[in-house]
Amino acid sequence: MSASVESGEGNHDVAGHSATEHPAGEHRDYIGAKLGMWIFIFTELILFGGLFVAYGMYRSMHPHEFHHAAGELNVVLGVINTLVLLTSSLTMVLSIVAIRLKRKAQSIFFLSTTMVLGCVFLVNKFFEWRAKIHHGLYPGSEHLMARPPGERLFFGLYYGMTGLHGLHVTVGIIVMAIMLRLLRRDKIRHDDFIKLENAGLYWHLVDVIWIFLLPLFYLAA
Amino acid sequence: MNSSTEHEADHPHIVGYGTFIKVWLALVALTAALVGLSATHSPNLALIGLLVITPTKASLVFFYFMHLKYESAALKYMVAIAIAVLVIFVGLTFTDYLFR
Repeated sequence: MSASVESGEGNHDVAGHSATEHPAGEHRDYIGAKLGMWIFIFTELILFGGLFVAYGMYRSMHPHEFHHAAGELNVVLGVINTLVLLTSSLTMVLSIVAIRLKRKAQSIFFLSTTMVLGCVFLVNKFFEWRAKIHHGLYPGSEHLMARPPGERLFFGLYYGMTGLHGLHVTVGIIVMAIMLRLLRRDKIRHDDFIKLENAGLYWHLVDVIWIFLLPLFYLAA
Repeated sequence: MNSSTEHEADHPHIVGYGTFIKVWLALVALTAALVGLSATHSPNLALIGLLVITPTKASLVFFYFMHLKYESAALKYMVAIAIAVLVIFVGLTFTDYLFR
């Protein structure tokens, strides 16, 4: 495929295929870039998958204690945060459609909306955790340690899994801030949008993980 | 690889706003159904919610929002294998636990 390049003949006209040489001499590989992002997503699936297995095992060992502890979570906040994340996934995907249709202003608007929704999610999470901590429900607290082991495990998993998810949301917001800058400077264009698309893949993964966290924690009572 | 497929590979076809808004509406409706099932306080219905509605929601995000529906067969197989590995992990762990 790229034998001429490897053999050092340097005939750039022959190079190419899915990896395309563009006029300015920059090298782009759309499929390669996307494949790389998906492979990263697989590692994330296994990371969270392991935590879901841990949750499943402990829940089958302590079904009643998990059921009881889940009753203390705020279902309304959980559902509101689900709607916030689902909507942010929609605006993320619309931002990519917009830039491909050469509607830069719309793309910037949708991406900014996604960032704002991500922040709304974290603010809700902050109030949710603050209320729990206020009630003495945090890992290692006297109040929690006095409870049965199953409930301690439930809250440990709750803080661990929603915390790791929240960390992903924070990273997603930072990535989107970078994308917004690239979009403004025309580094992301209608014919070169893979960075935005990969940022979108990451954000949707964060959404998928939350889709599983909602029934496992908030609706488990 | 001819020029038209190369063009396809670099710029897969654009899906309009409408499709994604419909998918979003479906996701919101499924969330409402999930919350509704859990409100019945029936363990069986809650299990259906967890094992049917939740994976359906995740599939909608994977196929439409993550564009998987429009990707090459190779990428679809890769994702299928990754998810199969996860399912095998979960399945083996639970069979070990249940038949210990």
